[in-house]
Amino acid sequence: MLKARVIPCLDVKDGRVVKGVNFVDLVDAGDPVQAAEAYDAAGADELCFLDITASHENRGIILDVVRRTAEVCFMPVTVGGGIRTLHDIRNLMEAGADKVSINSAAVKDRQFVADAVRKVGGQSVVIAIDAKRVSEPGAPPKWEVFTHGGRNRTGIDAIGYAREVVGLGAGELLLTSMDRDGTKAGFDLDLTRAVADAVSVPVIASGGVGTLDHLVEGIREGHASAVLAASIFHFGTYTIRQAKEHMLASGIPMRLDS
Amino acid sequence: MTVALIDYGAGNLRSAEKGLERVAREIGYGHDIVLTRDAEVVRKAERVVLPGDGAFPFCRRGLAALPGMDEALREFVEHRGRPFLGICVGMQLLATRGVEHEEIDGFGWIEGVVEPIEPSDASFKVPHMGWNTMDAVNPHPVMDGIRLGPDGLHAYFLHSYAFSTKHHRDLVATADYDGPRTAIVARDNIFGTQFHPEKSQTLGLRLLANFLKWSP
Repeated sequence: MLKARVIPCLDVKDGRVVKGVNFVDLVDAGDPVQAAEAYDAAGADELCFLDITASHENRGIILDVVRRTAEVCFMPVTVGGGIRTLHDIRNLMEAGADKVSINSAAVKDRQFVADAVRKVGGQSVVIAIDAKRVSEPGAPPKWEVFTHGGRNRTGIDAIGYAREVVGLGAGELLLTSMDRDGTKAGFDLDLTRAVADAVSVPVIASGGVGTLDHLVEGIREGHASAVLAASIFHFGTYTIRQAKEHMLASGIPMRLDS
Repeated sequence: MTVALIDYGAGNLRSAEKGLERVAREIGYGHDIVLTRDAEVVRKAERVVLPGDGAFPFCRRGLAALPGMDEALREFVEHRGRPFLGICVGMQLLATRGVEHEEIDGFGWIEGVVEPIEPSDASFKVPHMGWNTMDAVNPHPVMDGIRLGPDGLHAYFLHSYAFSTKHHRDLVATADYDGPRTAIVARDNIFGTQFHPEKSQTLGLRLLANFLKWSP
């Protein structure tokens, strides 16, 4: 039986993990490769690197991080952040990424999604959607796509956009609620379910995880295939194992290979 | 003599290379793992691994574009009879033909067709993506010591097309996803996995080690 996935996400800037990772055995809390190795050993189902490097000159550093990760980490790795060209995608895949996550470049140019799918196959193309609720309280819910970390409103309906990029061949959606991101109040379940039910591909729920029950809700009520979280794992609040055991105990099929 | 990992521009080769290198070290395997586009290297190899990500026609053409590679592979598999491992689309290319965007011939080493996964129920998302268990169909030495079944180890799948084999005897294992889907095929010196062993942690590394030890 196919299992639900738990995906820790590491924000990487100039080759270093932003805010660090608080694991007991880590020599260097800021080294993304050590963090990746620790998550691999902990039984994470996949790993996500989000490269938030601002300067153009340092954008190549992530390739070295991915290369070194591929030597020690035998689970799938998705890399996102700043992907603009087919060249970016090819470089990341050659370095050892299994999937690439495209955000702003897909909003700006749908043809880029189609080109990426043709180049590396839809199974490796994840479209990251940052969505924010724009409807008035009490009105039927409506979400719009935002870019630049939630600062730029695009006027694009999130559900319609999700359908559109899947129609272009994208194999997975990474859906982040900008209303919930960083709040620890749980996923926006209405948004997650609306998108997951609208498309034929797996959806990764993201944004707002504060408790293990939130992970359960993302799968069960949000209809997501995978849940992504950052701080609850990085700061040692919960281990991957605790998260997966809790989800399993709540009736969700999980992988607990030792 | 080497283990030749064929580089034809289809997907993430580095992980496969690193996975093979790691298990080769662990079991004290005496041959180098070599990434190659050279038909001569394949012809003389001890073992060959054909990876592949992306679309069937793209991979088929990418492989055919390497000078002499098709002939070298045929000679290696059909005449030398040395161990061959196909991964993901590299496994699908063993089929008679693939139907992805267009109909195109595979190597025809294992009879069957690669077709789109068409679930009966919308709750089954496509691609079939993530960790799944497998059910054993026919025993195989490359699966030695690997626990299968509903409580067995998991493998990482990532595919929208699946290989329907003509003969039951060519199936080693299936994965249940709205019915049994081909997960592992084998015939003579050929072994192929739909999933990515280099991304399947415990199960995958054990399988790669077994492949390096296998003498068909």
